[in-house]
Amino acid sequence: MKKVLMIAGLILLLATGLYLGLRSFHGKWSGVDETVVEKFAEQAGRPAREPLINTDQGDLLLFFFLVAGAVGGFVGGYYFRELFPPKGNADTPVRGVPRGDNGADRSVRVTSRGDS
Amino acid sequence: MIAFLKMKIVMLARSRRRKEAETRVSVPNTRLLASAATLLLLAVPPSVHAMHISEGILPAPWAGLWYVVALPFLAWGLRDLRVRSQQTPFFKPMVGLMGAAVFIISCMPIPVPTAGTCSHPCGTGMAAILIGPPLTVVITSIALLLQALFLAHGGLTTLGADIVSMGVAGAFVGYGVFRIARRLGAPAVVAAFLAGMLSDWATYAVTSFELASALHGGGSMAAMFAAIAAAFLPTQLPLGVVEGFVTAGAWRFIESRRPGLIECLTRPHGGRA
Repeated sequence: MKKVLMIAGLILLLATGLYLGLRSFHGKWSGVDETVVEKFAEQAGRPAREPLINTDQGDLLLFFFLVAGAVGGFVGGYYFRELFPPKGNADTPVRGVPRGDNGADRSVRVTSRGDS
Repeated sequence: MIAFLKMKIVMLARSRRRKEAETRVSVPNTRLLASAATLLLLAVPPSVHAMHISEGILPAPWAGLWYVVALPFLAWGLRDLRVRSQQTPFFKPMVGLMGAAVFIISCMPIPVPTAGTCSHPCGTGMAAILIGPPLTVVITSIALLLQALFLAHGGLTTLGADIVSMGVAGAFVGYGVFRIARRLGAPAVVAAFLAGMLSDWATYAVTSFELASALHGGGSMAAMFAAIAAAFLPTQLPLGVVEGFVTAGAWRFIESRRPGLIECLTRPHGGRA
């Protein structure tokens, strides 16, 4: 219950902060490619062309970004787990890496050249 | 005989424990991965605009020139991947992790309240100090290619220029700064912070140079470079500092969780050359 209240409080705080921040600030939040790169390119007579595969149509770009985020997240998570096992398994050997949190145990195989 | 049997039993038990442990490591925790994916889904916005030079902005000769500049670094990185993967077994997972990190970081716009705009960090400084600059060029190229093809972010004609600014400049400046800071006696975390921050700024400085050199026309290239760099400043100065903290945090995390990883990555014959 305490955790739920804490999380609810944090969400409320974040929402209030965002509401007040966005109400008082009138930035357009455009990317620097629009405000800098494309601005200077247009001034020089080289406006940006449509991309070869233009996914910036309606919600299509949102879909592709979500897919990219999910795939990137899964790939990153997979390798992260392989390299950094949970703390309970901290002594589990990662291929080629000396085990132990302090890295002191050199008895496991280190298969790098010249150090086997 | 009894001693022999005892030894056999101990060996069998050890072998079984090792197999179990390796299985535990290789099977990803689906709950953790699902949480990470959900967070990413929430974090990635529908429309992203950042430093990548968009399609068609650079004239063909300039676009071609930046491809020519980028290609040797790409070849160097691919060779580095082959050699170091043979030397260090955990190297490929590290490259995979860094690739995913650079891809996600470089398409995640961060709002900068001081400027009222958004821009993205690059992640190349972090990757460079962990897997080396040539390989960072490779993973950056893959990330930029995917973004240009599917996310309307950057462009295929300008891919060479984007690889040079984000991959080559970001990675080599970050790595160089890290090595110099370490030689001067700076703690590793401070060196990592400087590497992340300066690699970000270097990326945008080179983007400014690429634009100014191609688009200055009859005017002064130096003046145009200064104007573009100045326009980047309000967004990139704070964002570079953020990137510095992210890089230092990543270094600190690895140092505390798996110091052996850093030792293997940074030792002369097993790690980076």
